[in-house]
Amino acid sequence: MSAPVWNNAVVKWVDDRLPVFSMLHHSAYEYPTPKNLSYMWNFGSLAGFVLVTMILSGIFLAMNYTPHADMAFWSVERIMRDVNYGWLIRYIHVNGASMFFICVYIHIFRGLYYGSYKAPREMLWWIGILILLAMMATAFMGYVLPWGQMSFWGATVITNLFSAFPIIGDPLVTWLWGGFAVDNPTLNRFFSLHYLMPFVILGLVVLHVWALHTVRSNNPTGVEIKSPQDAIAFHPYYTIKDLFGMGVFLIFFLFFVFFAPDFFGEPDNYIPANPLVTPPHIVPEWYFLPFYAILRSIDFTVFGVPAKLLGVLAMFASIIILFVIPWLDTSKVRSSKYRPVYKWFFLVLFIDCFVLGYCGKKAPDDYFMGIEGLKVITVGQLATLYYFAHFLVVMPLVGKLERPKPLPASISQSVLKEGANA
Amino acid sequence: MSQSVHSSGEHQPDENRRDFLTLATTAVGVVGAGCALLPFVDSMNPSKDVLALASVEVNISNIPVGQAVKVMWRGKPVFIRHRTEREINEAQEVALNELVDPQSDDARVEKKEWLIVVGVCTHLGCIPMGTATGETRGDFDGWYCPCHGSHYDTSGRIRKGPAPANLVVPEYEFLTDTSVKIG
Repeated sequence: MSAPVWNNAVVKWVDDRLPVFSMLHHSAYEYPTPKNLSYMWNFGSLAGFVLVTMILSGIFLAMNYTPHADMAFWSVERIMRDVNYGWLIRYIHVNGASMFFICVYIHIFRGLYYGSYKAPREMLWWIGILILLAMMATAFMGYVLPWGQMSFWGATVITNLFSAFPIIGDPLVTWLWGGFAVDNPTLNRFFSLHYLMPFVILGLVVLHVWALHTVRSNNPTGVEIKSPQDAIAFHPYYTIKDLFGMGVFLIFFLFFVFFAPDFFGEPDNYIPANPLVTPPHIVPEWYFLPFYAILRSIDFTVFGVPAKLLGVLAMFASIIILFVIPWLDTSKVRSSKYRPVYKWFFLVLFIDCFVLGYCGKKAPDDYFMGIEGLKVITVGQLATLYYFAHFLVVMPLVGKLERPKPLPASISQSVLKEGANA
Repeated sequence: MSQSVHSSGEHQPDENRRDFLTLATTAVGVVGAGCALLPFVDSMNPSKDVLALASVEVNISNIPVGQAVKVMWRGKPVFIRHRTEREINEAQEVALNELVDPQSDDARVEKKEWLIVVGVCTHLGCIPMGTATGETRGDFDGWYCPCHGSHYDTSGRIRKGPAPANLVVPEYEFLTDTSVKIG
């Protein structure tokens, strides 16, 4: 961990005055990384790559976009038809949003499975949740900008959620809109904030990486680095692995950009916004569907609290609850690899999130997977119940009751043992 | 920090004075920052030109009995329905204790053949269907919101579904028999 010696005179001159090269050397070159990281550890750097892609493509889109209720839709059409490579830049940006959420969701489930939220990584985990919240706000406001039917009505439904709060609800919604309905002032402020938020996310990412480099990466065994044999330098071992993963990921990303650019989108958003006509089915983008299902599943009143407010609170709680799981999880073992019981509950949670997503996509009165008599709303309610029970009941209880498998003495030992078995 | 400067208890009065100054300075700073923030927060509220477009006049002479129209008011649709005798009876005959948001029909109209309500579902702000001829009007002959399935009756009152309240009756007055001013 000694300071590197710079041979280049210019580099040395700069580094003596502002140690940027030393910092980069320290964090991207010699950073001691567990030597057993799997490909599940690729998604953090992939998410960072997508963030940069989104910022760059977004800057170029903003050069041709007009944030006005009368012109926004047609300026986007102009980008698609007339601006050189406008179609490419926009499709990268549109699909990039989905890619960002794919990477981040895999990254979060990785953290949940291997216990990456447990001490001493709580701050790292918290900053991650803040990044997720900031991403959601950014994605929501970005989706409004093309000013299509789904943009307009998505914005109307989501901003109306805040009217559920007693007393302050209505003034708050009027303040968010800057008028008495979603209109030009709303579009203008969403554009301003949509441009700002990625830089807030970038700042949070810097903190996230800082916290990571303070507490070090977790790994598939969940056993900390104990000796130099357990770790290898970040460069070249993980720079090359991250680059290889990025190549594979780009094939996936660009497949959608070039061959199925509207795969994740709603056709209704190619109809200009019309405040007088609501589309028959308002659905959010896929990455919001599980949360939308939780919102809708509360259709009953509890102790006089109206269903609408309860739904909103449940939806926010589904993310806020992640902040306290470092303390809800009572297990002494980090990695689910050594937790024979919890492992299965993790699988149920994983499937539960897909079930919620499915329920969010369908109308409440539809039948679940076409099963006669089984309504989507009922399944959504059960899935919501499990989601909260997983964190509030399963995590504390299983941690106490389960007998974990014996942990390897060190990362090195687990690697050698697995090698011997192969 | 002051403790490292004054190591003994002799300077107690001085320390109290310094603590008070620190607190007072912080308090003034916080209040000042709050005041400075206020114009920025308020700039996001509806501006004067938005507020100025607060009322519209509508000619209702060409709406036949049994039909309804949508007009824009403050960026939202307002439904004006010329109710039939049967619709008026339906609205008046329902018992108030059957209603989610109890309100008599008389309290919601000025002239009983004209129902004027803001066409925004009180659940999450969608536009209910049932104004244009041929659209579904729900189980209670009024309006039906397709987003989350709220049914409204011929007085615009919520009867079934997730919406918590009746369709809002805007402020309006009849200028003549054929003209109404909303807002």
